Amino acid sequence: MVLIGPHAGIDLRTLVFLAVLFVVAESIGTAVLSDVRAGISPSAAVALASVVLLGPVGAAVVGLSACLVIRRLAVVKRAFNGAQFALSAYAAGLVYIMLGGPVGSPGPEDFPAVLAPYLAAVVTHTVVNLALMSALLWTLGAVKHLSRDVLGRRPLAVVEVTSLGYQMVGLAIAAIWSGVGIIAPLLVLFPLFIARWTFTQQANEVRAHEATLETLCQAVETKDHYTRGHCMRVAEGSAMIARELGMSAERVQKIRYAGMLHDIGKLGVPTKVLQKTGKLDDDEYAAIKLHPTRGYEIVREIGFLDEALAGIRHHHERLDGRGYPMGLVGMEIPESARVISVADVFDCLTSTRSYRKAWSVEDAIAELRRCAGTQFDPRMVEALVRAVEREGWRTPDIEEPPGGCFGQVATAGTGSGDLTGPGGRE
Amino acid sequence: MEQRAPEHEDWTRRPLRATLLTLVAAGSAGALLWTALTGVEEPAVALVFCLFVAGGELARITLPGDREVAPVATAGAISYAFVVSLGQGPLEHSAAQVVAVAAIGVLMGELPHVAVGRAPRPEDAARRLLTVMLLASAFRPMAEELSLSGLSVTATLLMLALVSAAWLVDACLAALLRAERLRTRLWVTVRDEVRAQSAVGGVIGAGAVLIALACSVSGLVGLLVFSAPLLVSHVAFRRYAEIRRTYLETVRALSRVTEVGGYVESGHSRRVSRISHAMACEMGFSEADLLSLEYAALMHDIGQLSLSEPIAGGATVLASPLEQRRIAELGSGIIRQTGVLDTVAETVRRQCEPVSGDGRAGDPPVASRIIKVANAFDDLVGAGGGAERRAAVVERLRMDAGTEYDPEVVDALARVLTRP
Repeated sequence: MVLIGPHAGIDLRTLVFLAVLFVVAESIGTAVLSDVRAGISPSAAVALASVVLLGPVGAAVVGLSACLVIRRLAVVKRAFNGAQFALSAYAAGLVYIMLGGPVGSPGPEDFPAVLAPYLAAVVTHTVVNLALMSALLWTLGAVKHLSRDVLGRRPLAVVEVTSLGYQMVGLAIAAIWSGVGIIAPLLVLFPLFIARWTFTQQANEVRAHEATLETLCQAVETKDHYTRGHCMRVAEGSAMIARELGMSAERVQKIRYAGMLHDIGKLGVPTKVLQKTGKLDDDEYAAIKLHPTRGYEIVREIGFLDEALAGIRHHHERLDGRGYPMGLVGMEIPESARVISVADVFDCLTSTRSYRKAWSVEDAIAELRRCAGTQFDPRMVEALVRAVEREGWRTPDIEEPPGGCFGQVATAGTGSGDLTGPGGRE
Repeated sequence: MEQRAPEHEDWTRRPLRATLLTLVAAGSAGALLWTALTGVEEPAVALVFCLFVAGGELARITLPGDREVAPVATAGAISYAFVVSLGQGPLEHSAAQVVAVAAIGVLMGELPHVAVGRAPRPEDAARRLLTVMLLASAFRPMAEELSLSGLSVTATLLMLALVSAAWLVDACLAALLRAERLRTRLWVTVRDEVRAQSAVGGVIGAGAVLIALACSVSGLVGLLVFSAPLLVSHVAFRRYAEIRRTYLETVRALSRVTEVGGYVESGHSRRVSRISHAMACEMGFSEADLLSLEYAALMHDIGQLSLSEPIAGGATVLASPLEQRRIAELGSGIIRQTGVLDTVAETVRRQCEPVSGDGRAGDPPVASRIIKVANAFDDLVGAGGGAERRAAVVERLRMDAGTEYDPEVVDALARVLTRP
């Protein structure tokens, strides 16, 4: 019994009340507001409060009550959840008392000494929880890359801090428990539920925004039969490159949006120029050259894109300075533009155009590598190659346009390696 | 989410706002003076709370609907009004000192904002201070009278009741100010404000009471540690506000693709959106309806993208009814594909029907009728029309009111145009 820890003097009423609260928090928390990505669970706060109020054994009992959660759930899952919460609460409790944390409602004399053991308990709780979860997923074979699939799923660093802040409230519940009892957890959990609800709303808005953006981009593409789906594929390609380069999730998202919007300025180019199958004259080529600037003008008011805006404006620049609109050289070209440029040309090569058939992925990669250093940043090209090798590339369904005529025009990329020259449109 | 109305500082336009600002400024100045004369109780504690308020004010956020809030600052100031003991010792500062600390904190937090040209909305800052004034002057004397100790159920319930009452007063005040600013109906804004402020208000109230209670157990450490749930909510609100703003910015920006493509005159979508907004306020639209109307107005011409070549001059009012109808259908189809903007799609689809409908599905929605009038008005006036031309156009629209246009909407347009 000594091994298990002190269990005498656990107040039964407190125990029952906390267990009920834990079940309620767990039920509401996951049923109504299921957003695992936000990394917030109100029940963790209750578990940690019971660590302080009851010590490891009591906390384990409270954690075990997770198997009573009011939700349709298979018995095995219930058992696993209960065991998982019990184990992590127990571990957190052990760490807490080992570091000298007082069991029971802490009074004025315990502050601020109680903070250190409490923080250690929070960290232990999180780590054990995560480890058990990962172990389960790993045994089930659901994930191969633990680090990326489990941890990488959380979108922002801020979430980690958030969930830490979230769990500090366990101590708050414990601190005011002796004075106000039942009101304490309500007072503490209410803002958390609101926060969680707001995060859910936010996630919905993000989805709505994304859907709207996609639809509008696609609407713009209807002008040119051949470019259908181009913006979405460039968005994915740019995101793949950005992820491969290890950019933050937020930046990846911005570059993805910029990739989606990169050709929006083409609307300003007369349809007959875009669909022309023959060689372009100087005026027509000048009209084409305007599209990155036009696109930038349209979207520059979308504030959050900030540096990714430059990606739209400069996605036709070349490393050797022969690109447009400004003829920037080398690393003067913004990083986002170098990313989008590679994704853009790659998709262009692997899809059918009015003047040529689609290339295979291998040929396209070879072509990108050939132009790396003159037209593209080799770092971006290699990142794309690695990402495509791992995740594959969805080429567009090759379909013949209704009544379209194929003029056999000088194929892009032959000879000079000049993919953005007057012969190629992208 | 509306465009910010040009600031009119003059008294006659927004007397309520001016009165509020004067009252709060006078109250804060009085409290500062009083505190300076009578001396500061527990200066160290006052300083910590003051810095906390300043930090919260520095991190203020603008929620959807142009609502400036500073949940951390407000909760910090309220908890300073509520805290009666700190650790073991009692804390007996006056209500005036609470107001003084809050006012200084707000000023300190706003200074950096003002320095970079992001001045606060004075009425929102004033409302924050007013809430603190009300709560401090209600609770401090009462706590003394009842000799409340820090941690008790009575004190907690009293705090919760006061916070709820203050929240209600604040929401009503916000509604009054909003009605005055947008020139819309009061009961509509009351509903909007209660809906919009309940989440933030709840977080502020619960956070403030929690901090006040926890401080009586843990001392000043409690202020820092137990503001955690407040900070989490703050982050959530901020991210929500950001995505809402981005969404609107995206739709606004992309509504310009038709202009760049040469399909419509430059600035048309935005002008239609602005005038529709003003008319809808005049007609008492709720906030959610206003937003949906704004999206519909911005995207009302999006169907033209599906035309291979632009209509000459871009003015849909001059196109044939059949052509207009096709553009509306195409646009509505595009918007419906998003899967999230069904109301907007419906508004856009029926934007060119005459007022009594086309005999197929009853009357078109009011939003569609508003866009129809706004679109016709803008097409006929053009970019640089003067007051005379506008009046002439309204007269022309009035001739078709009852058959083509909704008379009520045309009246609203006339009122919007003639007001000072």
